[in-house]
Amino acid sequence: MQLLLQNISLPLAEFVLEVNLELSCQVTAIFGASGAGKTSLLDLIAGLRRPASALIQLDGRALTDTARGLALPPRRRGIGYVPQDLALFPHLSVRQNLLYGCKAAPRDGSLFSFEHVAAVLEIQPLAGRSVTALSGGEKQRVALARALLTSPKLLLLDEPLASLDGALKARIIPYLARVRNEFRVPMLYVSHDRQEVQALCDEVVELERGKVLRRVPPQHS
Amino acid sequence: MSQEWQIVWFTAWVAGLSTLLILPAGLATAWLLARHDWPGKSLVETLVTLPLVMPPVATGLILLKVLGRRGILGRFFHDTLHLDVAFTWRAVLVALAVMSFPLLVLFTRVAFEQVNPRFEQIARTLGAGEWRVFFSITVPLAWRGIIGGMILAFARALGEFGATIMVAGNMPGRTATLSLSIYDAVNLGQDAAAARLLGISIALAFVAVWAGQWFLRRHRH
Repeated sequence: MQLLLQNISLPLAEFVLEVNLELSCQVTAIFGASGAGKTSLLDLIAGLRRPASALIQLDGRALTDTARGLALPPRRRGIGYVPQDLALFPHLSVRQNLLYGCKAAPRDGSLFSFEHVAAVLEIQPLAGRSVTALSGGEKQRVALARALLTSPKLLLLDEPLASLDGALKARIIPYLARVRNEFRVPMLYVSHDRQEVQALCDEVVELERGKVLRRVPPQHS
Repeated sequence: MSQEWQIVWFTAWVAGLSTLLILPAGLATAWLLARHDWPGKSLVETLVTLPLVMPPVATGLILLKVLGRRGILGRFFHDTLHLDVAFTWRAVLVALAVMSFPLLVLFTRVAFEQVNPRFEQIARTLGAGEWRVFFSITVPLAWRGIIGGMILAFARALGEFGATIMVAGNMPGRTATLSLSIYDAVNLGQDAAAARLLGISIALAFVAVWAGQWFLRRHRH
C-alpha cells in the first residue's frame, strides 16, 4: 500500500493541520495527544472534510487533489472507517448494519465474504440482535466487520478501543491482530495508547498540534 | 349527509391533503436548512417563517393577489389550464398549505439537526449515495420529529381561518371549513349549530393529536 499525503492543509480551531507523508507500512499508528488533529486527518483521507489544500493518493489513485479541483466522494474511495463512537446505526439490527455497505462486496467464499468476516470476528451469534443490546466489545467487532464487508483498500480506525476498560481492551486486541493478519488490509490506526500501538502497528507517526513530530518504529514510541 | 358532516369531511380531507402536499417540499427545505449553509439561507429562513408571524388575513390577501384571475398565477391557470383557483376548494388547499408549511419545516428541521451527522458520514463511507443516506439514515432517525411536524401542520390546517376566508371566501358546500362555519353560525345567531361545530372541532383536533402521540408511543425505539 502506498498512501501519499502531500501539502495537506486544514485550518482547525487552534492550529492548522499541515502534513506531508508517504506511508507504506501495513499498520501505521497515528499517535498523539487529544486534539492533535488525528481524527481530522482521518476525516480528510475518508473525504468527510474539505481541506484548504491537499493531494491524497492511494496506490497511485488520486482521492483528493485540490490543485485539480478533484475530490472523490467518500462512497467511491474504497476506504473503510471505524470512528471513535463507532456510529452503528441504532435503528437497524446488527445484520442490517453489517449488510449496509455489503452491496458491492465479493461473493461467498472470497476473503471479504460475510461468512468469512463473521467467522474471523465471531459475530455470527450477534447478527439477529439489536445494536443497542450489544456490549462495548461486541459493538467494536460489529463496527469493524461492517467496514471490512465493503472490501476496503484502506481501513481507518479512530481510537477503536478508547471507550473500553483494560480487560476488554486485552480481549479485543487479538481480534484486531486477526484482522491484520487475515485480511492484509492496510490500516491507519489512531491511538494514544502505547500498549495498543506496540501490539498492532509497524510504524508510528506522532502528531502534535497538527504537525508531524517524528516517525519511529512502535517500540520507540 | 348533513351539511355539518359535509363541512367536517371537507375540512379533514383538505387539511390532510395539504399536509401530504407540503411534505416533500417541507422535508427538503428542513433538510437544507439543517444540514447546509448557502448564500441566501437566512432569507429563505425568514420567508419560510413569515406566514407564522404575519396576520393570516395579510397572507390571505397576498394569496388572493397572486391567485385571483388578475394575479400572476391566477391568470396563468385561468388562461392556459381553464382553472380558477381563488374562491374554490383549491384556494382552501393553498391557504392551508401555506399556513401550515412553516410549522412542518420548523419541527422537522429540529428533528434533522438532532440526527448525529456522523451516522450520515459513515453511511457515505459504506458506499451510500445522498438519496440512500437520506432515506435509510436521516429520515428513519428523525421520523418521530417528522410525524410530530405533520401532526402540528394538520392541526394548524384544521383551525385555519384568516387566510382561507380572504382567498377562498366562505361558501357553504364549496369552500366552507369548520372554522369559517363556526364564525358564520355565530354571526347568524345560530348558537346551537355553532356549539355543535365547536364540539366537532375540539374532538377532531383532540383525535389528531392523541392519535399522533399514541402512534409515536407505540413505535418508540
